[in-house]
Amino acid sequence: MADVAQSSHAHAVPRKRTRFEKFRQNESLRRGVTAIVVFLLLWELGSRFDEIFGKAWTLPGIGLIPPPTDVAVAWLGVLPKPGYWWSWVASFRRVMTGFIAAMVLGIPFGLMLAVNKYFRDIFFPPFEILRPIPPLAWVPASLIFWPTNEMSIAFVTFLGAFFTIVINVLGGARTIDVRYLRAAQSMGASQWDLFSKIILPGTLPSIFTGAAVGMGITWEVVLAAEMISGGGTQGGGGLGFFIWNSYMGGSLEQIVVGMISIGIAGYLCSSAIRWLGHYFMPWRRLF
Amino acid sequence: MHCKVAEFTAHAGYQQVKTLMNMTPPLRDERATMNTSTTQRGALSIRNVTKIYDPEGVNVMAVDNCSMEIAAGEVCMIVGPSGCGKTTLLNAIAGFHSITHGEIFLDDALLCGPSKPKAEQAAERMVVFQHGALFPWKTLAENVAYGPTVQKTLRKKQALEKARDMLSESGLGNVVDKYPGEVSSGMARRAEIVRALINDPKVLLLDEPYRAMDALTKSIMHESLLETYDRTKVTIFFITHDLEEAIFLGDKVHVVTTRPCQLKKTVSVDIPRPRSYETQSSEQFRLLMDEVNEAVHEEAIKAFQAGEREMA
Ligand SMILES: Nc1ncnc2c1ncn2[C@@H]1O[C@H](COP(=O)(O)OP(=O)(O)O)[C@@H](O)[C@H]1O
Ligand SMILES: [Mg+2]
Repeated sequence: MADVAQSSHAHAVPRKRTRFEKFRQNESLRRGVTAIVVFLLLWELGSRFDEIFGKAWTLPGIGLIPPPTDVAVAWLGVLPKPGYWWSWVASFRRVMTGFIAAMVLGIPFGLMLAVNKYFRDIFFPPFEILRPIPPLAWVPASLIFWPTNEMSIAFVTFLGAFFTIVINVLGGARTIDVRYLRAAQSMGASQWDLFSKIILPGTLPSIFTGAAVGMGITWEVVLAAEMISGGGTQGGGGLGFFIWNSYMGGSLEQIVVGMISIGIAGYLCSSAIRWLGHYFMPWRRLF
Repeated sequence: MHCKVAEFTAHAGYQQVKTLMNMTPPLRDERATMNTSTTQRGALSIRNVTKIYDPEGVNVMAVDNCSMEIAAGEVCMIVGPSGCGKTTLLNAIAGFHSITHGEIFLDDALLCGPSKPKAEQAAERMVVFQHGALFPWKTLAENVAYGPTVQKTLRKKQALEKARDMLSESGLGNVVDKYPGEVSSGMARRAEIVRALINDPKVLLLDEPYRAMDALTKSIMHESLLETYDRTKVTIFFITHDLEEAIFLGDKVHVVTTRPCQLKKTVSVDIPRPRSYETQSSEQFRLLMDEVNEAVHEEAIKAFQAGEREMA
């Protein structure tokens, strides 16, 4: 995959730089791995402090959390179970639905707000009133409004990402340097040229910032919604419910397994966005 | 139909540039006559221009009844204290905003007036901006190809080819596929001038293009610009507050007053072209420097005192 991306932009990235970057990435990989290992060691030590030094030495907080080795054992226990993987699938599907809907509607909406004064005059005030409402405050209303739980979750998820994406796109498009617009205009660019060749690429960095933040919010909202809906008859499951279920079942290890799973899922999503950003904005590779 | 004509002229201009480039020095006389026959374009006439910002509010008078005549193919340098309204004047010529009174003509066609903020044929006059305005998301070649592509005078592929050729002629052949962020500011500025010239403009408008550059880069920029000018003989309207730069590059140096901008003094620079770096150490150059310096110094003091009054 990465090779395809590189060869199509081979002219932009000289060989030397790629090697240098590879080297540097390895360097940071090494540091990252070391940091994680040290973190796990400290955690293990912290949770087992009382086992080593006696009951009186139970550390506050961390002493009550299961050590990573126990978590790993619990994880190995759930790995073969299809239920665990279905939780992943359910959460991912919800996140993607909400996120993609927010991108598809939010980017054009933000751009329209940016380029058209009438549109902005009409739609920006209501937008700004709705924006500060936290996504979770929409839950009861959307449970009433939408026929199924699943739809309510999708809607609330969508809202979480939508506002962030719109505000980023709007900000990005409005702060494009007027020199670029003037330069393009003086070279005879039409309105459409200005939009497609200046405003759109000029906004791309903000679109990706909005997407990255929006993706984070979507995960938050999905997980919260899954816990609230409690995995009942419809719209249940997901990693949020997995954690909730583990809590009800009193399995501390499994709670941590669920949490780390979410961490990994979120990391995968933001990596994907970073990779896309890298691919679509070759000029930003320099920074 | 219109497209065809535009394509033809753009191409013809380019061919001519290429031919001129390849000529050897003994042909210089011939070259001069050829130029006069083709540079009857690009005469700028600035007549009684006044620009007041925000007429119903604070009323900043940036330009006050300013008149200048710039002959076709002339290098006209505008020197004045900062904040005096030079950019405002340039923006009016470029058609970026209207003016309150007066008119600006280019070859007897009205460019800008109180009722005419934007002229149709923008590509007649190309701007090189104060801080550079190459599109960061395009490579240098794509940047240069932008004009002919959006004007549809060339297909994208041909435009890119021509852009590469022109960049190579300006000594940027090995960075054509780099992004602006990857090249030095000097290279970027040169590419920006190429991006302007590919449109075969009548006037090149430069707003303190070499402002933040070190002396060494600047002198290379100057030689490059002079070389470009000797090739194309395009009319140049160049804002600066570097006096040496003004005299070294210009045919005329227009010193303007502190805000509101008015023409204070015009100094003709009769140093023959092509000029080289040594020109700057000649007696003639020194005398011209003194002359311009005196006029500018007066204005600088006025601007300084005005600033003090505002502060008080
Ligand atoms: N859009 C604007 N609105 C109001 N005042 C402006 C605007 N642009 C410039 N000015 C004012 O006009 C004066 C001249 O500005 P400018 O033409 O940029 O000066 P220069 O280029 O000579 O440094 C300055 O005092 C500046 O504050
Ligand atoms: Mg200025």
